[in-house]
Amino acid sequence: MGKLEGKVAFITGAARGQGRSHAVRLAQEGADIIAVDLLDTVATVGYPLATQEDMEETVRQVEALDRRIVATKADVRDGAALKAAVDDGVAQLGRLDIVLANAGIASFAPVEEMTDEMWDDMIDINLTGVFKTVRAAVPHLKASGSGGAIVLTSSTAGIKGLANLAHYVAAKHGVVGLVKTLANELAPHMIRVNSVHPTSVDTTMIHNEQTYAAFRPDKAPADVTRDDVGEAFQSLNALPIQWVEPVDISNAILWLVSDDARYVTGVQLPIDAGSVIR
Amino acid sequence: MGKLEGKVAFITGAARGQGRSHAVRLAQEGADIIAVDLCAQLETVAYPMATPEDLAETAKQVEALDRRIVSSQADVRDVSAMQAALDAGVAELGRVDIVLANAGIAQQGGPELDVHRTWDEVIGVNLTGVYNTVHVAAPRMIEQGDGGAIVLTSSTQGLTGRGGDGSGATSGYAAAKHGVVGLMRTFAHWLAPHNIRVNTVHPTGVATPMVVNDVIGKWIESNPEAAGMLANLMPVEILEAADISNAIAFLDSDEGRYITGVTLPVDAGFTVR
Repeated sequence: MGKLEGKVAFITGAARGQGRSHAVRLAQEGADIIAVDLLDTVATVGYPLATQEDMEETVRQVEALDRRIVATKADVRDGAALKAAVDDGVAQLGRLDIVLANAGIASFAPVEEMTDEMWDDMIDINLTGVFKTVRAAVPHLKASGSGGAIVLTSSTAGIKGLANLAHYVAAKHGVVGLVKTLANELAPHMIRVNSVHPTSVDTTMIHNEQTYAAFRPDKAPADVTRDDVGEAFQSLNALPIQWVEPVDISNAILWLVSDDARYVTGVQLPIDAGSVIR
Repeated sequence: MGKLEGKVAFITGAARGQGRSHAVRLAQEGADIIAVDLCAQLETVAYPMATPEDLAETAKQVEALDRRIVSSQADVRDVSAMQAALDAGVAELGRVDIVLANAGIAQQGGPELDVHRTWDEVIGVNLTGVYNTVHVAAPRMIEQGDGGAIVLTSSTQGLTGRGGDGSGATSGYAAAKHGVVGLMRTFAHWLAPHNIRVNTVHPTGVATPMVVNDVIGKWIESNPEAAGMLANLMPVEILEAADISNAIAFLDSDEGRYITGVTLPVDAGFTVR
């Protein structure tokens, strides 16, 4: 019997990458899934975002585990669309127990070159989008009446500063403020709120020409290979590894949302190969 | 198949309370155990400490799970006794993969006849004892070359000073438990190149003989202000030892394979209150 039998999880950014991994990992433990993703472009993001086909693949993988999934195209910047998506998911799946605010974007620039649009898109998606995700979900968690668990995806950039990422660092630090506040607001309802802080994760968000250009300015982006950036990524970590896998973050989230962590709330949990202490 | 099949865990303070719970939890996942406990009374500690019978009961519970256990009575302040205990365990069980520096004392509410003596004893057991525990085991783990996981038991008192009253007991406890975080961070750097991970857990009050006893009970009764400050954020009065063991089992398993240098509260929201 899975650790999440009978539970329903709402996951943003679920079409691919960490979000898909979380959906599949939680489904393996018995959870049904309410999935949303933008499935569109964002002008200031210099790598391809998830597509309708990506979302269909997440649906296929969850259903292959004999779990149910309600997948919706929704923008975390659109509070009404998020509310409609989670309301519809709960109507179909019956309840809500777990919320994973995972959707996020990356872009790079030093502050003096950062445009208003870059800053606004980042704060709107990576911080305000998290707020809107939680706001849409909390009434359902309370209505289910048996507590619940919220995990917000922050970053090592939610604990330390990183050059060329002022907007990202500000948003991810802001997520920690949300965790600490929500933990206080929701503790009386036995709803726990924690954040995870991954180092680089082996997904499209780091393996793309935009990121490669930032990590290897000495080479033409199209010529940079995984091996070319591996050493630079490894230098961020204390353990001798280049990046972690999406499932490493999913395993930490599974622990946080399961009864094994029934009294863990208000915590920032790095899964970062020691990046924060470097 | 358990998550720790083929592993050996070295656990201090294993005679009862959290230490026994960790031993049993890790054994359930397939680990063999090297158990250490003082099994004697310290003069500055007012509640009854663990006995040889307690340590024997831990061995019985581990063996009932068909796992092996090598138990020793040793003082974590005595580095040669600790080395002998570790060596005896490795001689019989073949290796060491996991270290849980769990042994600790609490003198809060005791008579405190000599504040410096109180301070010295809690720093000796709760801080120097942790240093000794890691130092006797780490060289062996490095030599094995298979990585490993170390969890040091700190406390919410390793992250806050709530309830401090100037006594040697509260000052020493908070200083030792904050000091454990420093040890964890420096050990995490030392051991990362060997794929040995080092983290701390920070429990709030746990239902063990160190917390649930007449001395602490009277102290809380006579210090309602401190007791109020020591309340949890979640509507939970006290945690079970198994809650801490579950966190440690996660950190020690492959599911935590890239987690190192982390301070992990298991505290019902105590530190964000």
